[in-house]
Amino acid sequence: MVKGKIIPFTGDQIAAYAMKQVEPDVVAAYPITPQTEIVMNFSQYVADGKVSTELIAVESEHSAMSACVGAAAAGARTMTATSANGLALMWEIVYIAASTRLPIVMPVVNRALSAPINIHCDHSDTMGARDSGWLQIYCENAQEVYDNIIMAVRIAEHPEIQLPVMVCQDGFITSHAVEGIEVFDDKLVKNFIGEYKPRFSLLDVEKPVTVGPLDLQDFYFEHKRQQSEAIAKAKKYIPEVMREFNTSFGRKYDFIEGYKLDDADLVICALSSTAGTARGVVDNLREEGLKAGLLKPRLFRPFPREAIVRGLSKAKAVAVLDRSESFSGEGGPLFSEIKSALYEEKNRPLIIDRIYGLGGRDIFESDIEEIYRELSRIAESGKIKEKIGFVGVRD
Amino acid sequence: MANLKELSKNIPERLCGGHRLCAGCGASIVVRQVLMGTKAPVITASATGCLEVATTIYPYTAWEVPFIHNAFENVAATISGVETAYRALKKKGKIKKDIKFVAFGGDGGTYDIGLQSLSGALERGHNFVYVCYDNEAYMNTGIQRSGATPKGASTTTAPSGKESYGKHQRRKDLTSIVAAHRIPYVAQCSISHWNDLVTKSEKAFAADGPAFLNVISMCHRGWRFPQEQTVEIAKLAVETCFWPLYEITDGRLKITYKPKNKLPVSEWLKRQGRFKHLKKEEYLSVAKEIQKDLDEDWENLLKRESLG
Amino acid sequence: MKKGWKSLPIGGIIDKGGTAKEYKTGSWRTFVPVRDEAKCINCMICWVYCPDSAIKAENGKMTGFRLDYCKGCGICASVCPVKCINMKKEKK
Repeated sequence: MVKGKIIPFTGDQIAAYAMKQVEPDVVAAYPITPQTEIVMNFSQYVADGKVSTELIAVESEHSAMSACVGAAAAGARTMTATSANGLALMWEIVYIAASTRLPIVMPVVNRALSAPINIHCDHSDTMGARDSGWLQIYCENAQEVYDNIIMAVRIAEHPEIQLPVMVCQDGFITSHAVEGIEVFDDKLVKNFIGEYKPRFSLLDVEKPVTVGPLDLQDFYFEHKRQQSEAIAKAKKYIPEVMREFNTSFGRKYDFIEGYKLDDADLVICALSSTAGTARGVVDNLREEGLKAGLLKPRLFRPFPREAIVRGLSKAKAVAVLDRSESFSGEGGPLFSEIKSALYEEKNRPLIIDRIYGLGGRDIFESDIEEIYRELSRIAESGKIKEKIGFVGVRD
Repeated sequence: MANLKELSKNIPERLCGGHRLCAGCGASIVVRQVLMGTKAPVITASATGCLEVATTIYPYTAWEVPFIHNAFENVAATISGVETAYRALKKKGKIKKDIKFVAFGGDGGTYDIGLQSLSGALERGHNFVYVCYDNEAYMNTGIQRSGATPKGASTTTAPSGKESYGKHQRRKDLTSIVAAHRIPYVAQCSISHWNDLVTKSEKAFAADGPAFLNVISMCHRGWRFPQEQTVEIAKLAVETCFWPLYEITDGRLKITYKPKNKLPVSEWLKRQGRFKHLKKEEYLSVAKEIQKDLDEDWENLLKRESLG
Repeated sequence: MKKGWKSLPIGGIIDKGGTAKEYKTGSWRTFVPVRDEAKCINCMICWVYCPDSAIKAENGKMTGFRLDYCKGCGICASVCPVKCINMKKEKK
């Protein structure tokens, strides 16, 4: 079993480090807090000749993704990174990148969307892009940021998938906190990601292609249908990549991660760093005799319905923690999608939504403990008092 | 000096027939003439607009060369990505050919919505040629006014009416804005003076860094003139000094064509339906203002040239 | 029969150049250019101005019109310095 070395890096630093090891042909990026460290660190790698990547210091995020589309269409392995309003600004081109089937990998440092302007963590940015056709992976900590960026390159470039991937981490909480991260030798990483073999390239002047044509009523739908198929294929082939990652690096990943989930009555579903906070609470409650458990989705796109349904199959009461609001009046996006996944099941747990942490508002172990106690009351009484609630907001 | 016989023999046709631009459209003439400026393989990109929409209706493409369309406002950012990928892969020995990069944008995608990405690409110094086919309005979506629409022209979003003579503002001087980025080569051209255009195009392709060609592009639908007069109208734009032909090479301005007999701008205005309301009594002063502005601009251009 | 999603290349890419040649815009025209070959001086001015690449050029000579694509705009007739091209109403 190969052992890496442990380095003390923040989530942003390790994202830049992973990018360094991937060594894409082109990076076009624009700084935005709290992603800035990624761009700045990567720029230093370029300036020091540590990577051969051509870096385009674009003048906006819209141009960042535009240049990435151009570069990827020209057969280059391409990456960028952004947050919040930067993602919002490139929204038009984010959809184009996915529908043109370009395997761009983009770390996104989750930050609240304006207004009012807030630079701290919530998931409103990437949740807003959940219909864009990009694959989305949520990272609990900096180690996962490193691992997921490396896997994302293989997933995006998989010949049956060919879709861009967002690798998300919590702004400031993960991006700016130092962790001990196990990293591997450059060669191992390069071996794992392999050489990029684009399915077409503008630079192949002997075989001219036209990218981005006008697609009228007679063809657009077929191209979209292909995209749906790609998501289905992603579900099928991502496990292959995860298995290979385990073989190469000794870390096991799946669509979701369960913690004391198998026999849990009371389950909290949470993405990213909050899952880490919840684990300690699960342990404490288990000592009390409560069968608490945690379900942490890793992939959000494709939506891992089967894994989530399996994970919740024994639960009596479930609380989904949403770090974003969909403003549908029916709760946040994670809640809507998990609830929808459970619709077809004969045995469905009672399920509530707790919206928390917007604009970087902290969620404490005590908050999470209170939610488990609420789940306990729900499991006992069979009744839900508050289907959709807000945690940590002042009335 | 370009020679038509040689050009027709040596330069491949990069844009084929079968595209769906209007009969008599100036834009495809711009494309054909500009691309005569290089024999090298070219990769083309276009902003959303008449050119892109009419030449690439799936599954038909009129481009015999690699072509990319991304969105409306970002052709310069897109070609920046393509050109950078080329440099990255060439550096790694994966590409050996010498390839030229051309971005086409209408005045909409260049003067207005595309100005930011154009400015960024120019400032970064990518090696590409940007060609603006300026038909002075958002033609593809229905002749709506743009920052390039001349004062006094009637468009569908600044139409002439009982209380308005069309566009009140003057056009942007985009060529000067581009020149302010200190790029190696900037020029204004017209298809009517094909030799001047092709010569400038050759210089643009040979430039080490960004080059910009602003080419006035006739739209007989939006400007309201008979379709066979496209080239004639282009000539009038130049002979009235409405569209002076000049180039700026490393910051030095040179006017490449000075009409022996500068025609009054009325010769240009009277041929186009988009200006016909200027004949009305209440708007007669506007035509006078147009002439005054044009004369001032021409004098300023001569002054800039004399400054060397 | 138009292809379905299973057989089309993904991403909306057109994987060949010049496929517009299969779309014959010649059907658009009302007037067709007719050239008096004897008068033609092979100056190639019509060639440099045709918006539809519909002037055939071989070895520095104008050898005809690509009527599959000619939209009958009349620019060639208008720019010809010896007026050897005339636009005639086309009989369909």
